[in-house]
Amino acid sequence: MSGTDLLEPVRHDASVGPATKKRVTDALLYLDDLKVTFDGYRALRGLSLTLDRGEMRAIIGPNGAGKTTMMDCITGKTRPDTGTALFDGTFDLTKLDEPAIADLGIGRKFQKPTVFESHTVADNILLALKGPRSGVASLFGWRNRVEAERIDALLTKVGLIAHRGRPAADLSHGQKQWLEIGMLLAQDPKLLLVDEPVAGMTDAETAETATLLREIARDHAVIVVEHDMHFVRALQCRVTCLHEGAVLAEGSIDAVSADPKVVEVYLGR
Amino acid sequence: MTRTRLIDPKGWIFLAALAAFCAIVPLLNLVIPEGSGLHLPTYLVSLFGKYLAFALLALSLDLVWGYCGILSLGHGAFFGLGGYAMGMYLMRQIGPRGVYGNPVLPDFMVFLNYKELPWYWLGFDHFAFAALMVLAVPGLLAFVFGWLAFRSRVTGVYLSIITQAMTFALMLAFFRNDMGLGGNNGLTDFKDILGFPVQAQGTRVALFVATGIALALGYLVARFMTVSAYGKILIAVRDAESRTRFLGYRPEHYKTLAFTVSAMMAGVAGALYVPQVGIINPGEFAPTNSIEAVIWVAVGGRGTLVGAALGAVIVNYAKTVLTGAMPDAWLFALGALFVVVTLFMPKGIVGSLIERFGSRRARAKLPPEPEIAPKLAEEGQG
Repeated sequence: MSGTDLLEPVRHDASVGPATKKRVTDALLYLDDLKVTFDGYRALRGLSLTLDRGEMRAIIGPNGAGKTTMMDCITGKTRPDTGTALFDGTFDLTKLDEPAIADLGIGRKFQKPTVFESHTVADNILLALKGPRSGVASLFGWRNRVEAERIDALLTKVGLIAHRGRPAADLSHGQKQWLEIGMLLAQDPKLLLVDEPVAGMTDAETAETATLLREIARDHAVIVVEHDMHFVRALQCRVTCLHEGAVLAEGSIDAVSADPKVVEVYLGR
Repeated sequence: MTRTRLIDPKGWIFLAALAAFCAIVPLLNLVIPEGSGLHLPTYLVSLFGKYLAFALLALSLDLVWGYCGILSLGHGAFFGLGGYAMGMYLMRQIGPRGVYGNPVLPDFMVFLNYKELPWYWLGFDHFAFAALMVLAVPGLLAFVFGWLAFRSRVTGVYLSIITQAMTFALMLAFFRNDMGLGGNNGLTDFKDILGFPVQAQGTRVALFVATGIALALGYLVARFMTVSAYGKILIAVRDAESRTRFLGYRPEHYKTLAFTVSAMMAGVAGALYVPQVGIINPGEFAPTNSIEAVIWVAVGGRGTLVGAALGAVIVNYAKTVLTGAMPDAWLFALGALFVVVTLFMPKGIVGSLIERFGSRRARAKLPPEPEIAPKLAEEGQG
């Protein structure tokens, strides 16, 4: 993706980026033997993971296990030293940059909620809405004529409809988390990466977020990184435990939390 | 949708004041007889025209600095290039009326033993071509410069430094006689513009009004850009650039477009400035000029457009008064002004008014203040 022109027309998802010749896997996301080293520190040491279409997966693991680095590799923020990262069986994520990967349909919510503080809650959703991303398109295009109902529907879903006209800076921490999830929904990606969505939330908010994510997972693939085991249990999905940059255990929440290795490095006695 | 109107109340006030200014000044100059106490001398008309050209420069700078976080310390370069394009047209209008009476070559080329007109002077006989170059040359430079810088993710102080280097390099280049653009004397001794004598009272008034109209149009263009979804993304890029990438936007495209449009506006400002002051020389590329423009925007209030224009007029009026009264004191006054505004009115004049009387939503849109202290504190902790 060397976008040489500001006047670039609408980019369609399928046309983006270098794609390998034919689909090599049916998995939506296929990570194989990813290795990343930062200044001698091996953040990922051969991480392999596959995610099926429409699957929700929770990732757990102690600090430094490589959870965020893995997300960075998937979204183009970090280039792995070696290894394979395929999206949709065709797109080589290690060769694409952030906007190209976002364009493919991978959305990300950050650990620290990052919303556009100067903008209203509604405008945050507006900017996230799926559609042409070029400068000219946003200067003259449909994004200037989006009906309020479309945005309001999303804001209702994440429970922020009462705040639509407020600057995002005025929201509480938990509300910002929801706004960011709302922005993810507006992007309508095929895969959502959600990093610690319930950090700093009350128990009630955590429960609501779990419900929201389960609902989202009905028609999207989702990867959730979280420390809160109650929350992970509430997600009712497969769990992968990372440790020292590789997969330690994978399976149902009960199987993983009973795994002696997981208990030793992560859950503790 | 929460759409912002193209012209908000502050915009109406600005446009009305500008229209009134553009009506009253010609009136006082042309209609009121010279003997009367109310008569406005022609030199003041051109001086006001110069203020308006500076206001347009400030507006263009605010578009990139206030809305996109690009602190350009080289906007004088675009202003100067626009000015040179206009100056070249004006030189071609002199024809055989130069001191040496050469029908083809301008005086400085005769003096420097040029045998023929350099190729890049071709076309400047025509106003339409020159007008195109006023937009195209600064626009192209900004496009190439912006594309390379923004694609490499050069931001913040590093970007400011290279914009400064750009204008400095241009200054050195234009000082050279080999450039074929008049060396350190620049271009001057203009006679006609579009067939009208440049020095004539009527022409001067027309140039003043044209500058006023250009400022109004520049305001509307900047406003159109900033209230559209494009402008919202620009602000998003200013506040959280990397986040916009994960939403699929390419900040480098957005910045390059804003930077290019801004440079074209600055070029128009320069082109209108030159016939009113009667000269363009490499001094216009001096880094201090670009820095002064930043001060105008800071004083008026960045991220407000209207404030930038107002700041340019106020500071330049103060400059006229002070350099007349105490020529040596001006630079100290300018420095003090910058320090005082940064410390006590970080949002500038119009920004402070919005902070005081504006809606919560309008306040949230203002660019964040530079956070030098917190950053240092963070580094201390880390």
